[in-house]
Amino acid sequence: MDAGVVNLRRMVTSTKSMAAGTAVKPMTADAAEELAAREFAGIVESHRPQIFRFLLASLRDVDLAETLTQECFLKAHRNWRHFRGDSSAMTWLMRIAINLQKDHWRNRRLQFWRHTQANAVGVDEASEWLPSGERSAEQQILAREQVGQVWKAVENLSQRQRTVFLLRYVEELELSEIAQSTGLSEGTVKAHLSRALGKVRAELRGTQ
Amino acid sequence: MSRSEKLSGEFQDPLADPIVADPVIAGALKHFKASVDAWGEAEFSRPRSGGMRSTAVAQHNWRIAASWAVGCLLIAGSLAGGLYEHRQRQEAARAAEMKAAEQKMRLAAEQRVAPMPVAANIATKRQPTGLKRAANTDEDLLATVDNDVSRQVPAAMEPLAQMMDGDGSN
Repeated sequence: MDAGVVNLRRMVTSTKSMAAGTAVKPMTADAAEELAAREFAGIVESHRPQIFRFLLASLRDVDLAETLTQECFLKAHRNWRHFRGDSSAMTWLMRIAINLQKDHWRNRRLQFWRHTQANAVGVDEASEWLPSGERSAEQQILAREQVGQVWKAVENLSQRQRTVFLLRYVEELELSEIAQSTGLSEGTVKAHLSRALGKVRAELRGTQ
Repeated sequence: MSRSEKLSGEFQDPLADPIVADPVIAGALKHFKASVDAWGEAEFSRPRSGGMRSTAVAQHNWRIAASWAVGCLLIAGSLAGGLYEHRQRQEAARAAEMKAAEQKMRLAAEQRVAPMPVAANIATKRQPTGLKRAANTDEDLLATVDNDVSRQVPAAMEPLAQMMDGDGSN
């Protein structure tokens, strides 16, 4: 859906400026507003779970992830008219979410007396989550162990490496999309990804 | 195209994509993604009373509670300070009163024990005025005597006095 998202506001403006004599009637401001609102509601519905999941994996704090997701969509709603549609809506939203996350970490560093990590879920608890597939108990234990090891490796990654890693292997974004979301070049994204994978591999091999 | 196929196809550099060579890492990442998906889905679909509640609202409540506590402490402190000051003043006034009463009592006791010296003192204090009065009466007496004496001129001296009068008229 997001690939086909266009800014209705721009469309309305271009429709208004069309030469007289064409069959298309100019859209009223109210109708344009309504359309934009409907379009934004669709964006929220389709991308909210993904933004929430990324923030949850990144912060491991359910409440904080929910709060930042709400803030992300609030910010997106405020700036919706400025969205030019150069990138996909998903990339744009992800960029907002990453910036909010950065702000959060920065504030946390400044307000060091606040125990904001108190609500964060532990690595062991996070690795308990596995889809109930048709697997044997042994396979499930093995999968859980592996998930725990990946979580441990992710925990030790730098913030940027973690963001790139999660965008690639959890959200399955393309390298170009990750570059757009993070504001990094594709080469830098590749380098961060390579380092992050190296650490995950070391963690997995170290415990094997 | 599946996810793993996509991953293996995208990375040309084998160092940058160890998943191609390492099925263990590929499997671990697959499990990791499935785990995060399951967790995210479960938390997202969980009925929530409001995501902001436990963090933002709790922080807000904490801030309100803290400001109330600080305000109450300030009020209590100022009240206690005022009360302490008032009490200190009362104590000081009482102490001064007691000191004055004690001094009065001491004076009274001293007066009771030795009344004579006090009377003598008063007498000695009064003496100069008595003397002055006596001196005054003596002077008055002398003045009257002198006056009387000066008027009774002796008869033997009468012609001399007349002579003096005659000389003065001349």
